[in-house]
Amino acid sequence: MDLINLSATELKRKILNKEISSKEVVECYLNRIEEVEDKIDAFITLNKDEALKAAEKVDRKIQNGEKVGMLAGIPIAIKDNISTKGLKTTCGSKMLENYIPPYDATVIENIRKEDGIIIGKTNMDEFAMGSSTETSYFKTTKNPYDLNMVPGGSSGGSAAAVAACDVPLALGSETGGSIRQPSSFCGVVGIKPTYGLVSRYGVVSYASSLDQVGPFAKNVEDAALLLNVLAGYDNKDSTSIFREKVDYTKGLIEDIKGMKIGLPKEYFTEYVDEKVKAQVLEAVEVLKDLGAEVEEISLPHTEYALACYYIIANGEASSNLSRFDGVNFGYRSAEYSNLEELYTNSRSEGFGEEVKRRIMVGTYVLSSGYYDAYYRKAQEVRTLIKNDFDKTFEKYDIILAPTSPILPFNIGEKIDDPLAMYMSDILTVSVNLAGACALSVPCGYVDGLPVGLQVIGNEFEEEKILKLAYNYEKNRGIDMKIPSLRSEENGL
Amino acid sequence: MISKVEIEHVANLAKLKFDEKEIEDFTEKFSEIIGYVEKLQEVDTENVKATYQVNPNIQFMREDKVEEGFSNGEALSNAPDKQYGYFKLPKILD
Repeated sequence: MDLINLSATELKRKILNKEISSKEVVECYLNRIEEVEDKIDAFITLNKDEALKAAEKVDRKIQNGEKVGMLAGIPIAIKDNISTKGLKTTCGSKMLENYIPPYDATVIENIRKEDGIIIGKTNMDEFAMGSSTETSYFKTTKNPYDLNMVPGGSSGGSAAAVAACDVPLALGSETGGSIRQPSSFCGVVGIKPTYGLVSRYGVVSYASSLDQVGPFAKNVEDAALLLNVLAGYDNKDSTSIFREKVDYTKGLIEDIKGMKIGLPKEYFTEYVDEKVKAQVLEAVEVLKDLGAEVEEISLPHTEYALACYYIIANGEASSNLSRFDGVNFGYRSAEYSNLEELYTNSRSEGFGEEVKRRIMVGTYVLSSGYYDAYYRKAQEVRTLIKNDFDKTFEKYDIILAPTSPILPFNIGEKIDDPLAMYMSDILTVSVNLAGACALSVPCGYVDGLPVGLQVIGNEFEEEKILKLAYNYEKNRGIDMKIPSLRSEENGL
Repeated sequence: MISKVEIEHVANLAKLKFDEKEIEDFTEKFSEIIGYVEKLQEVDTENVKATYQVNPNIQFMREDKVEEGFSNGEALSNAPDKQYGYFKLPKILD
């Protein structure tokens, strides 16, 4: 069997058993990337030489019988808004086209400590603002299931890289669905951890009260493995929460008999594609057969979540992105005659349209005279949204829903209509506002395109959502072949 | 509908500038978005506290200990312009 079709867990086992070397694995994936990258456009920067060197180091450790880390020798792709020392970190923006971080994000330090191999930086919507990777300054990533379609966003490069078998694992980040939605579109597993579980240090901020980093993988077990490495207290992030370390792979095989599942009626409305709905309801039947107890519930403030999200996220973004002023790092305009012009010209030339739009909306809702009507109001509605979740989790273990209301759409279809694009996040943003955890796991195909089942859990209950998703994955009865295994259909 | 003048005011606050055509296109899309978020006004939030952070952390104090930070060279490694070990900017005083 070709190495690229193996899971991270299988690769790790073979590397530790000395059946294959990490260098062979990395070379194999680099070849794969070379072969398909011009079709997929998943990467902004590749880290070939360093990746091979790191792999050799892991191989030496294994040869010498030294202890190796949890990710021993496994290649990992990193979303390009996560700082990697000495490796360009562009955020998909002209503003940071040549930016080379002088330090590693904490999650990158963790991966290196556990002997993971950083193979490259993936494409994304500019500053994570978008749902399709089309707002990237550099390129649009293609969906490996259908190259005319978007992979979702903003972490579309990472999701597509896993789906195209460019890597077994990848990192993404979420503010309002940027891991789960591309997971759904690309038929892979993606987790948005509880706010505070994973350090944000060194992750370029979009909306600080919502941002979280999370894993992409081909299956639930691999995603749990990577989460083990990402999760943990970090005193460099003041919103990081101290908790005992958990092994997320451990409880996966436990059964789900008697687990209480709520299906929120607001997530199955006429805004959700009928075929997507049907596919998700089929998954619910599988879970019932496994002994889960399913009831309809209500999250009454759902219809206000997207409006609430766009006020808060853009407000925070307008403040966070004020650091890009052409002074300390990033793009500086060639034309200016004074400091004011240096700021304005650098920002106007360095940012793309969607980023400017969100900075403008954010500045507007925070500006004097509008702050109470928009920003404070949104934070109050956020309380009501969070209360909906808190109340539900008093009675239920899990909330199930579709991840995306729609199937992957065509490249170019929504890019000129910001509101239509925003609507693709309508089922994911509430979780970020509430700070809860959630994942997307593939639950079948509609018209040959993957559909994602969204599994939502209470804060710090990642073990529950992983267990449920693992049980589903093992029993879904659908042959979810990632694109490299369906090569006749899609030319990969 | 948000006026062109308002858009120009916000652009100035955000240190962004747009040409005439951009402003026109922008005013329309911007108004649509603001129109959509107006929806929140329907919600009764009387006596509801704001959630600025879901996180219960209280800002902690770190011990005042000297630790290794960036060297001058590292801190300036991405500077668009530098001189004598400093970031270089146009003159702001005559």
